[in-house]
Amino acid sequence: MKPFLAVLTRDMKLATRIGGDSLTVLLFYIMTGAIMPFAIGPDKDQLAQLGPAIIWISALLSLLLALDRLFRMDHEDGSLLAMRQASLPLEMIVVAKICAHWVTTALPLIVATPVLAILLNLEIDQTLRVIFTLLVGTPALICFGAIGAAVTVSIKRGGLIAPILILPLSIPTLIFGVSAVSSGAIANAQDAALLFLAGFTLLSLVFTPFAAALALKMAAE
Amino acid sequence: MTESKSQEPTPQDLGFFSRIAHPGYFLEWSRYFIWPLVGIAAILMAYGLYLAFFNSPADYQQGETVRIMYVHVPSAWLSQFCYAIMAAAAIGSLVWRHPLADVSAKAAAPLGATFTAIALITGALWGAPTWGTFWEWDGRMTSTLIMLFIYLGIIALWRTFEDQVRAGRIIAVITLVGAINVPIIKFSVDWWNTLHQPASVFRLDGPTMPPSILLPLFVMFFAFSFLFLLLHFISMRTEILRRRARAIERQYAQQLRTQKP
Repeated sequence: MKPFLAVLTRDMKLATRIGGDSLTVLLFYIMTGAIMPFAIGPDKDQLAQLGPAIIWISALLSLLLALDRLFRMDHEDGSLLAMRQASLPLEMIVVAKICAHWVTTALPLIVATPVLAILLNLEIDQTLRVIFTLLVGTPALICFGAIGAAVTVSIKRGGLIAPILILPLSIPTLIFGVSAVSSGAIANAQDAALLFLAGFTLLSLVFTPFAAALALKMAAE
Repeated sequence: MTESKSQEPTPQDLGFFSRIAHPGYFLEWSRYFIWPLVGIAAILMAYGLYLAFFNSPADYQQGETVRIMYVHVPSAWLSQFCYAIMAAAAIGSLVWRHPLADVSAKAAAPLGATFTAIALITGALWGAPTWGTFWEWDGRMTSTLIMLFIYLGIIALWRTFEDQVRAGRIIAVITLVGAINVPIIKFSVDWWNTLHQPASVFRLDGPTMPPSILLPLFVMFFAFSFLFLLLHFISMRTEILRRRARAIERQYAQQLRTQKP
């Protein structure tokens, strides 16, 4: 447990100190959400209807933006090679890094969601529901992002390719995340979507560490 | 100029599977399969097209546009079969680290993307007169579109790596992750779609088909499968030769460097 916590605290410190870009990602999230009304128009009812979708899309794009720093710096300065010699298996190190990344990137977005909800004219219970689905769904997004980041870690100019790989894979998360908030057509459909979202997150948490660690090992050879 | 072939193990030392999968030996034996495959694919394709165009009835509802199906359905099938081949090759390159598996996966990706694109385009052309629209966010069409995105992402990834041997193993990881995800994506898209349009009855395949339509479909199905096999063989051979050429170039460049003082 001790090495796990060490990696976790190390990554969180790195993310919050100078050069960390948690705040930039947060600003990007708010700005992406706030820029949508300029394209859609300031009609309040329409915005309230589209609000959950806008928030989810903004979160997805912001998380994609932050993805590149998950493994790249550690790969380039050799920390990842050192970590492979640790008593902790690389899979657990990946888990620790994913946890730290979620806390420093996704959690600030979720905390700032009420600001966007006010801008988009969402009601309070809907806002709470969006926050809850983001809490459940963002780990899955980060997991897929981790696989994409691990696969592209050895490419010198790989910043643009990772989102291309990850976006198709994150479609189920988006579908279930948004329909867990707003799908009024069928009774219980929201709860069903929420359960699917939770299941999907758990599934991705199970297989991501192995896939990402495998890709990292291959990249280091 | 040293002959690089002399350092490789001779085919007699290896087991049967290692022997046929050895890249150099693969080049040898696959040579004899190319022209027979060309013949089979050409005959089947000609016969299938003849049946499809001249010897099958027009549908009583869809009219002549039903003939698009003879191209559409085989390519839609191949778009999924091709991913299965890539996933199998991915296991081969991760477990046995086999160079031929890398080559097979790399050669299959553009073929799969092409067949997926053909399926989408023919589907759109068929949909315009039949449904009155080129595109509908129908579950099947949407998941095929996502499949195309996954193929294009993998092709783009192949093109960004310099070291193709390392690329093979890394891309195998994302191919397998995609293989786990494809059923989930398909399921989620169907679920999403039925929420929005519960009365979606767009089905290409009726439950019963008369044999006059089924026969050309079968022939075209085999024609496309053999065409895929042929193209896969050819592009695997091309890829092996390209890698050899690159290795020889690198060797030559090193020789030049050591000769100079």
